[in-house]
Amino acid sequence: MIPILFFLFAAVAIASGIMMIVHRNPIYCALFLILTLFAVAGLFVLLNAPFIAAVHIIVYAGAIMVLFLFVIMLLDLKSETSRQRPGGLLRILSIVVSGVLFAELVLFLRSGTTNPPLVEGDLKIGSTKEIGNLLFTEYLLPFEITSVLLLSAIIGSVILAKLKLK
Amino acid sequence: MPISYYLLLSGILFTIGVVGVLTRRNAIVIFMSIELMLNAVNLTLVAFSKQFNALDGQIFVFFVMVVAAAEVAVGLALIVAIFRLKETVSIDKINILKW
Repeated sequence: MIPILFFLFAAVAIASGIMMIVHRNPIYCALFLILTLFAVAGLFVLLNAPFIAAVHIIVYAGAIMVLFLFVIMLLDLKSETSRQRPGGLLRILSIVVSGVLFAELVLFLRSGTTNPPLVEGDLKIGSTKEIGNLLFTEYLLPFEITSVLLLSAIIGSVILAKLKLK
Repeated sequence: MPISYYLLLSGILFTIGVVGVLTRRNAIVIFMSIELMLNAVNLTLVAFSKQFNALDGQIFVFFVMVVAAAEVAVGLALIVAIFRLKETVSIDKINILKW
């Protein structure tokens, strides 16, 4: 059952990811990215991380993608939807770079000495309680620093939005 | 299910994100590709978290999400500011930092 679900989610994620980078309309790109994010959330559930999956859907599909769609609508990018592709050298370079990157990843995986199946660990391990326990004891300082980061991001966004240009 | 399946999927998604960043000219779509790369890394972290039966990977995913949210807020504010200045989000026409 789990392998079938894995291949289903993987196929959806890869297909919609490719559709995202080839579609010329940014709104469809955003919608395909949401589909990819949902597929990845499904994989998180398969990997025994329900809290991460829920936060993933709430934060990414719920908040970040709404922000993306809002900005796309706000900017009225109709004139931007025409085919825009980089010219010869940059296109060749991008294909070479991504090909080398992917070849490296595959070679690295094939070079592994052992390839054990995923351990069937403790089923409680992905729960909200466990993550909260760890987050508020061992990772308390990084957690507090994220609050400062978010505050500075809010202030920066507000200043950028209120900026008088020229 | 060996962990290499998840790592391979994560590599494919990361490569798709790299191709998007390198080939698209629209700044917003480039941002989305960066989100895709962050997601690929999150998948790796959760897979290793399960493999080693330790929660630290999932905590890192949490922090990656926080940083991604902050980055998107500031980045989209920048894109809106640039659009107000230059009337475009195509990175070929945004060359104000060019030497």
